[in-house]
Amino acid sequence: MRWINTRPGRGAQLTLLLLPFVLLIAAYSAGSVARLAENPSDKLLPNLAGFADAINRMAFLPDPRTGEYLLWSDTVASLIRLFAGLGISTVMALVLGMAIGMLPYLRALLSPFVAVISMVPPLAVLPILFIVMGLGDASKIALIVIGVAPTMVRDLALKALELPREQIIKAETLGGSSWQIALRVVLPQILPRLITCLRLQLSPAWLFLIAAEAISSDSGLGYRIFLVRRYLSMDIIFPYVVWITLLAVVTNYILDRVRIAVFPWSELEKQA
Amino acid sequence: MSELIIENVWKEYGDQIVLENVSLTIASRAFVALVGPSGCGKTTFLRMLLGQERPTKGTILLDGQPIPTEPGRDRGVVFQRYSVFPHLTVLGNVLLGKEFSNARYKAKLLGATRRNAVEEALQLIGEVGLSGAEQKYPAQLSGGMQQRLALAQALIMKPKVLLLDEPFGALDPGIRVEIHTLMKRLWHETQMTVVMVTHDIREAFTLASRVVAFERRRDRPEEKQRYGATITKDISIWPPRLAGVPSNFSPDRDGPIDSLGYRRDDPALSGE
Repeated sequence: MRWINTRPGRGAQLTLLLLPFVLLIAAYSAGSVARLAENPSDKLLPNLAGFADAINRMAFLPDPRTGEYLLWSDTVASLIRLFAGLGISTVMALVLGMAIGMLPYLRALLSPFVAVISMVPPLAVLPILFIVMGLGDASKIALIVIGVAPTMVRDLALKALELPREQIIKAETLGGSSWQIALRVVLPQILPRLITCLRLQLSPAWLFLIAAEAISSDSGLGYRIFLVRRYLSMDIIFPYVVWITLLAVVTNYILDRVRIAVFPWSELEKQA
Repeated sequence: MSELIIENVWKEYGDQIVLENVSLTIASRAFVALVGPSGCGKTTFLRMLLGQERPTKGTILLDGQPIPTEPGRDRGVVFQRYSVFPHLTVLGNVLLGKEFSNARYKAKLLGATRRNAVEEALQLIGEVGLSGAEQKYPAQLSGGMQQRLALAQALIMKPKVLLLDEPFGALDPGIRVEIHTLMKRLWHETQMTVVMVTHDIREAFTLASRVVAFERRRDRPEEKQRYGATITKDISIWPPRLAGVPSNFSPDRDGPIDSLGYRRDDPALSGE
């Protein structure tokens, strides 16, 4: 049988799914054991006990200086910034993307402008944001918006343009006005794409958030990682990285489930 | 009434002349089939009736008035593909026209108006043979059912003119026969004039009351650019087919062809 025709069964699929993760953990453990055998106070590759201790300290014991449970307060601070940035980007993408996709005049006005703006490297703008908006949350949220929104606007405008011309004509023959067609024909068809687009922008959004927090902040997951870096606290950095990844993965998964639940037809179309 | 008068219409794209000097009067409630080779401008002609494109020269009158320069509710349309909205159920698709005309800003109906509209839509869905599929999405329907849905969706607007752009071209023969029967019944029962583009001559003679052929009079390569297609044949079916008048004379050309003996295209029996 050809390789392209051989498929794993359910059990094999699960095993294969877990395999890379297991290998990664095994490789890490081996490295950690080797290093700790040589030097019990090695900080680079802490063992499980080290992690458990650090996680306990960060998540379940109040910080002696502020009295806060640091992991949770960092998570809340970061997520507020992240979702504020993504929320603003989503609204912008929806409004501008639909307008650019549907109205030739606005397309002529905005499409080249958005294309140019999306090429500005967001991190290069960060100093400007810090100077103009201060070091608070506003500048960090602005960085996420600048980094994420132009791509989303372009993606949604393309999606709106991609709708078959026949559909729009058909809607016109049913008596729809521009507004009605936007509301009932275009909007519902690009919303699933908006969610997918949001999922794809999760990792750039995290990138910009952590970059901004690393440079100037007093709380947040990115801030904590870069703070403890000074003390080589790998026992804190590793769990934080895993936690951030987990948050992103869960958000990604939830968004996809929401798309399927709210827009069942979008899944049908994919299969058709 | 819904009489279409096309007077000396030309259509040019830049230097390319597509249609030249097309004049045609289509009586109210006629069923006109437009046939002709690929690329002879039949679809362009239909698009001009639809208002999607404008003639370069000449006028098109509907009931004595120049037709609007954009698609509208007086002219319904069914395309070969993309005629229905993938994000709406069968009921939603048929209801959409009603919602556009009765709710200017929300484009959604509530309460008693919705109940009446739903009732009307359900009746129409039954008439085109889609009862029981009201809650299905188009991706769950076969090609033939999707075209039935597209017909119902257009008919709920009670258009003066129904324009069909190779609506049954992608269906397999058995399904096509069924939908032809439906199409004939709908033409008899409603008040509309039908203009259908088809590349299937047999379909044209099965359904139409009049068959109009488009052709280029001069088709040598060096003449192609400067000479467009025009009407070369205009055949009224005899005995006349009239909307609403059952005819015993018109044989159903969808019936099986009696095949006597071998045809030239049949595979040779011996190993020649």
